[in-house]
Amino acid sequence: MSVETRHRIRGGVGESVTRPDGVPKVCGAFQYLDDLRADGMLWAATRRATVARGRIVALDVGTASAMPGVHDVITFADVPGRPYQGQIVPDQPVLCDGEIRHWGEAIAVVAADDPETARLAAEAITVDVEELEPVVDVERALELGDVFRHFPVRRGDPEARGDVVVEGFYEMGTQDQAPLGTEAGLAVPDGHGGVDLWGPSQWTHVDHEQLVACLGLRPEELRVHISGLGGAFGAREDLTLQTHIALLALRTGRPVKQHYDRADSFAAHVKRHAARMWYRHEADRDGRLVKVEARMILDGGAYQMTSQAVIANAATFAVGPYRCPNTFVDAYVVRTNHPPAGAMRGFGTNQACFAAESQMDRLAAELGIDPLELRLRNALEPGDALATTGQVVTEPLPTSEVIRSVAALPLPDDEPGDDPLRLPGGTGLTTPPDRVVRGVGYAVGIKNLAFSEGFDDYAEARVTLTADGAEVHTAAIEVGQGMVTVLIQIARSALGIENVEVVFDDTSKIGSAGSSSASRQTQMAGGAVLRAAEAARSAALALAGGDDLDDLGVWRDGELVMTLAELAERGPISEWVRFRHPETEEPDENGQGRLHVDFSVAAHRAVVDVDPELGLVRVVQIDIAQDVGRVINPVQLRGQIEGGIAQGMGWAIMEELVFRDDGTVANPTFTDYLLPTILDMPPVEAVLVEQPGTWGPFGAKGMAELPTVSVTPAVVAAIRDATGKALRRVPVRPEDIVFGDG
Amino acid sequence: MIVQLTVNGEDRHAEVAGWESLLWVLREQLGLTGTKGACEQGECGSCSVILDGEVVCSCLVMAADADGADVTTVEGLGTPEDLHPVQEAFVAEGAVQCGYCTPGLVVAAAHLLETNRRPEPDQIREALSGNLCRCTGYGAVLRAIEAAREAM
Repeated sequence: MSVETRHRIRGGVGESVTRPDGVPKVCGAFQYLDDLRADGMLWAATRRATVARGRIVALDVGTASAMPGVHDVITFADVPGRPYQGQIVPDQPVLCDGEIRHWGEAIAVVAADDPETARLAAEAITVDVEELEPVVDVERALELGDVFRHFPVRRGDPEARGDVVVEGFYEMGTQDQAPLGTEAGLAVPDGHGGVDLWGPSQWTHVDHEQLVACLGLRPEELRVHISGLGGAFGAREDLTLQTHIALLALRTGRPVKQHYDRADSFAAHVKRHAARMWYRHEADRDGRLVKVEARMILDGGAYQMTSQAVIANAATFAVGPYRCPNTFVDAYVVRTNHPPAGAMRGFGTNQACFAAESQMDRLAAELGIDPLELRLRNALEPGDALATTGQVVTEPLPTSEVIRSVAALPLPDDEPGDDPLRLPGGTGLTTPPDRVVRGVGYAVGIKNLAFSEGFDDYAEARVTLTADGAEVHTAAIEVGQGMVTVLIQIARSALGIENVEVVFDDTSKIGSAGSSSASRQTQMAGGAVLRAAEAARSAALALAGGDDLDDLGVWRDGELVMTLAELAERGPISEWVRFRHPETEEPDENGQGRLHVDFSVAAHRAVVDVDPELGLVRVVQIDIAQDVGRVINPVQLRGQIEGGIAQGMGWAIMEELVFRDDGTVANPTFTDYLLPTILDMPPVEAVLVEQPGTWGPFGAKGMAELPTVSVTPAVVAAIRDATGKALRRVPVRPEDIVFGDG
Repeated sequence: MIVQLTVNGEDRHAEVAGWESLLWVLREQLGLTGTKGACEQGECGSCSVILDGEVVCSCLVMAADADGADVTTVEGLGTPEDLHPVQEAFVAEGAVQCGYCTPGLVVAAAHLLETNRRPEPDQIREALSGNLCRCTGYGAVLRAIEAAREAM
């Protein structure tokens, strides 16, 4: 009988291992997409639409093409394959197809010797446009029937009545992921009619599938590679410049590089959906929810992108992490002439959370019950049915515990005092310190983990033992979140070998790992790595007849019986796994079914100081308690929590992509699209609730989205607490605080 | 025109066009791609370098105006084998995620600790208020600079 003699591995699961790309990143040596170059490469520049809707009556690239240093100009007519792209429904023209459908839509792309020549040539393209009336209002789009998807939920008795009723209307502006690295890429022709592409991606295999269709290539003629990304947050879920530079490289026979400027970036990548939501909550006198009705309309912008999946999340999390026997939701995502909306951290749950949590606070006020007590009375726990889909929660879900945990954290006792740095508005001419009002607000969020609705969700990984360690091969994408460290830690703990390296394979070398999104890679890529590593360990032990494995080799009864180098010569041992999570199903016509594989919950508390005269807000502290399953890397997990909170707080009080009445974007710059700075960000206390799940590696759950989800309503609740204002719209603007309804 | 620069202690020359920023010359002519461009407007601090003793946004400095200047970029602070204490602390404290803002933050933080050896948390925050980070929420950045302050 073999005896488990496994030594304690250093740098395994549970430790704050430092990231392997940390040193190159702090030295400026890490290679990002915009650092890539190739001999003889050309630079691309894009000509974009300046109106939200119009018909191109004349498009003349002659002057641009004739400019010295210009090698090629492409328009819609030059797309050799399917001229439309999109990962769910290919409805987005690779380049404008004659009708401009949003501000910033790409019309033509130039390849030239240097970026300045390319830019000037793009400007020299003549585009005559007959302007058309844009659809900029979601209710107008709904009247027109221009709906990407309607997601209905019909559960329980529509005639059910509670003792108290609270109705509310809520609105949220458009948020941009604003990753610091703008889109960049390099396409290199292979000399045989194919191309190698490095582009901004969260999922190279789904990019590959679209690109070969659009470029008219055989699958093996395109290899999509992984390179350094300056953040993602959903912005890289859909294609931007990839099709353009690959096509230019194929046509010119030269490598082609492009690096978007910030205005290009704002124009090209998907946004978080703006939303309008109407809610009606009914409860009994004890505060138990009797019925929730919601109608929500999300602004999908001009093309579908991932809107169909976003609206499913908005609809199925419309009630939040609460029990309710009677739920009726009509959720729509509609087409407008705004830039396309798609994925951003939280993926539809954020909008629902803001409205539902605002309603819970109003219900608590109406009933005279403490807002946290009201939430605890309705908290969704294992064994309960999700209020919308009716699916029973079978995994751990510590809803009550996250609420109690965040409430138990000490509140800050520091008052603003006289230090102007501690006043809302900082050192400007703001209200006197004694007029500053403090408020405290809470909110609870719920998010699905991994893909839903019956999607065949899998991740591949290969673990190969080498002469001095192990390699993990995957196409899962490191966007900055720290997945690379987590995969190393999982592999180390499963193998017993410390010297583990992650190799990011291109699309020709390994199958899909799915997207780095949906809080899924710790469980999905991690799940594949865990199983491949376990298989590699077993194979090594079997081959050498041993009972333990480490960086030296295979051991039996405390004696080294085969070194890793000998194993590699005899083997080689290389184990490939395609890991799937438990199956989900599509909704029935009433939105019912086991749509989601798993859930996670978090509760936030926000403390704010408000200048009620100028409408300025200083966030004093934000605390969170989060259901994480099992902590793999404490420092990285804290980083995800703090970073997620910054984004959700930004949406609450400062971040909005502003549309003019004509559908054009007013603020596509970092001067005018405001992001939280280090002065805006408060201290964060976090409680990590560890109740291991059944299918994630070592019980871990995906966790990177929830910190963003419920912080937005918590900050707004705190401002309401301070001011007594209704604040139905996010982001909360100074005029909402000064002049808004009570 | 030809500009002469002292970059990370080395004498460098570059033939620059009128439109070229210092950022462009550093990245594209001198091959120092550690300095990043993310907003082209001096709002994000990703392109921060030390120019004649001051932290500047290199996207806002015309290369022609920098003739004769002494420039320190992130590459000049430390190497993988010999990290600057700020670089070391950024790795240890988890202040690096996507890392795109990191070179600018590291340059600004190193300059702060050179000019003020014992900065208080509020002084650190003030000094870094021109550097945007979208990943970390700044908590780990603050902890890293406090750790570097203690180490230096």
